[in-house]
Amino acid sequence: MPKYRIAVHIVPRKGLLDPQGKAVADALQTLGFDGVAGVHVGRYMTIETSADDALAAGENVREMCRRLLANPVTEDFEVESAVPA
Amino acid sequence: MKFGIVTFPGSNCDYDAYHALTDVLGEDAVYLWHKDHDLKDADVVVLPGGFSYGDYLRAGAIARFSPIMQEVAAHARTGGPVLGVCNGFQVLCEAGLLPGALVRNANLQFISAPVRIRVESTETLFTNRYEKGELLKIPIAHGDGRYFAPRAVLDALEGEGRVIFRYADARGNTSADANPNGSERNIAGIVSEHGNVLGMMPHPERACSPLLGSDDGVRLFESILARVAA
Repeated sequence: MPKYRIAVHIVPRKGLLDPQGKAVADALQTLGFDGVAGVHVGRYMTIETSADDALAAGENVREMCRRLLANPVTEDFEVESAVPA
Repeated sequence: MKFGIVTFPGSNCDYDAYHALTDVLGEDAVYLWHKDHDLKDADVVVLPGGFSYGDYLRAGAIARFSPIMQEVAAHARTGGPVLGVCNGFQVLCEAGLLPGALVRNANLQFISAPVRIRVESTETLFTNRYEKGELLKIPIAHGDGRYFAPRAVLDALEGEGRVIFRYADARGNTSADANPNGSERNIAGIVSEHGNVLGMMPHPERACSPLLGSDDGVRLFESILARVAA
């Protein structure tokens, strides 16, 4: 089976208080980045997995997100397209 | 009465729980290793505080896959009492035995301090030795203790009388100032649908002796004894 690498972004659910993001946004504004309207701090992971094809690899990783990588109560996830590893 | 105290790699309140249950309460207690496949005939399971599996990924996220948690979940599903304190509360939420999640404290700080919590219900397995509205002094020690759940879940918890403890000030008001971590509706502890699983961020096992600043936690364990032995 071919191997793929897939990047995943896990971010705090929109609307949920994100004190980390706010602290970073405040710091950026202090540095003079006046245009900063919001920052959200999450996690970035890369997963290497074998699968029948890129589509199946993506679906696999989405299932990983639903069952472990993201907390369904507080976090959203985005799965990038699979690239050959 | 036999208590089973689960030790995960990174648990650090298991000894405190053991001390409270054996030396203060005079009950039997055994440690349950995370790789164990049985509860050693424990009547009540305690998931202690700490940083199970280094809190990797999220607090409590990995612990729920340990062999012992399969036994704890089965025990809970058949009505067996389970008490999760601090990291134990986080594990119970991650395992789906309690609703909601515990996220980073609103002020981003790790808070180690005595707090006041108000007893919201005395109808439970865990609080029948308290008075309704009574204020307890119990310590907290956590960085990820902000209880969160969607509004519909919070409303259901309140409607079913499952919010058991709330952070309160000296007069018993559940004000924003009395909320150390930004928890929704000042929630400090909740029970499961059938009332046999309690998750709470404050540490009752560390409040079992006046020498340590408070013995308000003793009656929580006495409540369990009264109900389970009866």
